[in-house]
Amino acid sequence: MELHQLTIHELQELLSRKETSALEITQAIFSRIHAVDKQVRAFITLTEEEALAKAREIDNQGEYGRIAGIPLGLKDIFCTRGVKTTCASRILENFVPTYDSTAAGKLFADKGILAGKLNMDEFAMGSSTEQSAFFSTCNPWDFTRVPGGSSGGSAAAVAADEVPFALGTDTGGSIRQPASFCGVVGLKPTYGRVSRWGVIAYASSLDQVGTFAKDVRDCALVMNIISGKDPLDSTSVDLPVPDYSASLDGNVKGMKIAYPREYFQPGIDSQVQEAIKKALIKYEEMGAIVDEVSLPHSEYALPAYYLVATAEASANLARYDGVRYGLRDFEAANVIDMFSRSRAEGFGEEVKRRIMLGSYALSSGYYDAYYLKALKVRRLIADDFSKVFAKFDLIVSPTAPTVAFKIGEQIGDPLTLYMNDILTVPINMAGLPAMSIPCGFHEGMPVGMQLVGPAFGESTLFKAAFAFEQNTDFHTFRPALEVK
Amino acid sequence: MALTIKEVEYVAQLARLQLNEDEKQIFAEQLSSILEYVEKLNELPTDGVEPLAHILPVYNVFRADEIRPGTPREEILANAPLVEEGQYKVPKIM
Amino acid sequence: MSKDYEVVIGLEVHAELKTKSKIFCACSTAFGAEPNTQVCPVCSGFPGMLPVLNEKAVDCAIKTGLALNSEIAEFCKFDRKNYFYPDLPKAYQISQYDLPICKGGYLDIDVEGERTRVGITRAHLEEDAGKLVHQGDITTTPFSLVDLNRSGVPLLEIVSEPDMRSAQQARAYMEKLRSILLFADVSDCKMEEGSLRCDANVSVRPWGEQKLGTRTEIKNLNSFRALERAIEYEAKRQMEALEDGEVIVQETRTWDEGKGVTRSMRSKEEAHDYRYFPEPDLPPLRIDRDWVDTVRKSMPEMPVQAGQRLMDQYGLSQYDADLITQSPQNLKFFDETLALYADAKAVSNWMMGDLTRLLNQNGMEIQDAKVKPALLAEMLRLMADGTISGKMAKTVFEEMFVSGLDPQTIIKEKGLVQISDANSLLPLIDEIINNNPKVLQDYKNGKEKAFGFFIGQIMKATKGQANPEMVNNLLKERLNRE
Repeated sequence: MELHQLTIHELQELLSRKETSALEITQAIFSRIHAVDKQVRAFITLTEEEALAKAREIDNQGEYGRIAGIPLGLKDIFCTRGVKTTCASRILENFVPTYDSTAAGKLFADKGILAGKLNMDEFAMGSSTEQSAFFSTCNPWDFTRVPGGSSGGSAAAVAADEVPFALGTDTGGSIRQPASFCGVVGLKPTYGRVSRWGVIAYASSLDQVGTFAKDVRDCALVMNIISGKDPLDSTSVDLPVPDYSASLDGNVKGMKIAYPREYFQPGIDSQVQEAIKKALIKYEEMGAIVDEVSLPHSEYALPAYYLVATAEASANLARYDGVRYGLRDFEAANVIDMFSRSRAEGFGEEVKRRIMLGSYALSSGYYDAYYLKALKVRRLIADDFSKVFAKFDLIVSPTAPTVAFKIGEQIGDPLTLYMNDILTVPINMAGLPAMSIPCGFHEGMPVGMQLVGPAFGESTLFKAAFAFEQNTDFHTFRPALEVK
Repeated sequence: MALTIKEVEYVAQLARLQLNEDEKQIFAEQLSSILEYVEKLNELPTDGVEPLAHILPVYNVFRADEIRPGTPREEILANAPLVEEGQYKVPKIM
Repeated sequence: MSKDYEVVIGLEVHAELKTKSKIFCACSTAFGAEPNTQVCPVCSGFPGMLPVLNEKAVDCAIKTGLALNSEIAEFCKFDRKNYFYPDLPKAYQISQYDLPICKGGYLDIDVEGERTRVGITRAHLEEDAGKLVHQGDITTTPFSLVDLNRSGVPLLEIVSEPDMRSAQQARAYMEKLRSILLFADVSDCKMEEGSLRCDANVSVRPWGEQKLGTRTEIKNLNSFRALERAIEYEAKRQMEALEDGEVIVQETRTWDEGKGVTRSMRSKEEAHDYRYFPEPDLPPLRIDRDWVDTVRKSMPEMPVQAGQRLMDQYGLSQYDADLITQSPQNLKFFDETLALYADAKAVSNWMMGDLTRLLNQNGMEIQDAKVKPALLAEMLRLMADGTISGKMAKTVFEEMFVSGLDPQTIIKEKGLVQISDANSLLPLIDEIINNNPKVLQDYKNGKEKAFGFFIGQIMKATKGQANPEMVNNLLKERLNRE
């Protein structure tokens, strides 16, 4: 195994035994990036010089632990002090924040090394990373396919061994679906578990920061660092953060696992369903109790989500007006034209579409019919989950309806693209933690299994995911990249 | 629910998005089909259902009334497209 | 005002709350700093920034609500009010829409001896916007500059019912509200600095008509005088328009102080569609009754109670009591002076007369005046014991206002001591009478003017220092002996 292929905990061991250095790891990571990223195209910005300097500094201090000396990638939605943060949008193409997002800041404080900023769908609106204003990212398993989205760059970078781990955000599936498409572990924690401060907002009541990793152990390790109350984020919750690594005991004996019948419908690729069913059998073999349940309002989650998310987005994206930062049209004769033209030039089509939809849903005369209705449906969806979690520890389903689709296949048909999120969106609506882990292959592409826990039940997810990982080898497969 | 070009223009004006004629046409069609899809929600009776705006059962999150230094002016203005006399410069209002 | 029409007025008042830091970030709220020096990424609306609510702002709102007899909501939340403007960094204002922190309430005003109860509809918390600086007029300026120091300063918007029927009542409401905010210690209420702002909704209707007429909203009312004049102008304008058969257009108008007119601000702007929705970045508030009780117990005396105390204890009129309770500093001055000199009417007269006049002339606040309660009390005492006359007191007071010296020193320096000693006055009286036998004869013949002549001569001879009352008595006695 080469350094770039290793997990955080494997690298950590080498570092503590002084068998490698932060500099060697960082150099290995960048040589890997230089070798494969021309094809994968995961990175928007590389911070190689700063990374190497930091690696030297850490080596000089000589103290390692957790993620000290380990390179990492950040979705380009995390503000980074002094490092361009674009959100994959023309409107922020040259934006350099004066602040680090809390989650990134915690990783830096723990001596994690930023390798660069990762591609995404513009403002996290999309499911394929084709909506990036700059370029599409390719799925490392098959360059003709998408890596998923919106955190496609993060998933692809981890899958292609360009970084050991990366952060992403998940509003309707933006961590889990790309994790599923790229065959890596992706966790969206409970809403409120990780601070959103400094993370560019798409839909504030749904956005949550999470992580991509090569295995469950790494995922727990990173969660231990980024979780917790942030006084700068009023919606981050002041609950103790358990040691997630401690829940990795491989024991699911007696664990009650539900699979919702609504998540195994036609429309969900039968081979994908098959892979999950096999995984459920595996869980039964490991001593878990598996049973079918119903989440009766599931089919309403997607339409409700698109109203709630776009309404919030229409307000969150209103600040890009060309006054204080970002793109400005200098031809405009007056300030209103300046706003309208700057925004028209700076936003891509999908972003405009969602701003339009959200503005419409909130506009006078339509608020009750659309936005308020969606909030009521959101309540029903959350209640569905509460009822199941009164009796079960975990819900298992496919993460996405299909494996990764072809680049260009779904562009131009927004509704079809939105359907990608049908199995992940309900979880954001209910604010619950969920994880996607590799559980099989179809057409040579990875299949992801979604594990959903009760609010702040991340430990249960780690426990179940780790047990599965211990008893299978799906997480050990890596795409065979032709290194040019 | 079909959206008219006029409605598209109204919403674009609210959202401060300049659209050309083609875009208006495309948005009218696409948004109409999305709205048609979300009409599905009307199948569900929701009378008496409390709207869910905040998912967390969290209330009264405060900070103490204490001053901390802000961002130095040159630093915060560094991203601005146009600055004059330490202020953001914008074209005429009317 | 026309006898055929009735004016209906409601006011929307924005009070900047007296917090050290802004409502959603830790930047200073201090007034008058260099542009964009009290800003951070939160109040400048940068990407990824989130609000955290200042608890003191909520306390201030509860206090105000209690002072205005409002119901304090057990549950309330924040909402986003969406509109684009260069001074609004997020392009939405965090405000409260359907669940304000204070609901209902009232305050009483007294105008020309008549008491009116003005209803309070609601009061809600929100953040202020920044400031736009134009080159000259907003309609002609080639560009504008944006200063965000004020962005995020906490505001309480207090909305009244349309319960006022004259510009004088509107002014009285505003003055009373100001005194309540000052007493509750929740706002500086400096209209000239914009920490107290007011928009007036004005409509007119024929007498007896129940339905409200179409209203206009007047902005840019930066003083009590502007408020009064603007409403008077606007009411007259609307009545004349109706008389001419015109229709009143619902619109926003701005008060032009220089020209003394209201002008339409109507442009091609679209109808307001603020697309309010619950602010997802701020958890809602649950204000339990213990919290409200704690605030209630910490409430200082309010102007209404203080005014009642002044009337009950000292027999002051409603008018005087209102004046003294205009601000807590006024009341403090009164109370402190009274503790040293127990003539309420005299203290009140001097405060509301000479002191107020001099403060206004010099653009000063009472707490900054060099005349302190002890000085005024001492001066009043010297007046009462006859050391100085009322006329001298005026001179002494003006000198105290300028120099802050104690009255004794001023009297000594200016040689202002009143001659109240009969032994020194009697020889002088004798001398003047003896020197003017013809006038004495006139007096004996019943000519009233003669008495005045003698008084004048005595005062002249004593350079006005003779105790007038004593001179009067002594002269009468002396003449009667002739």
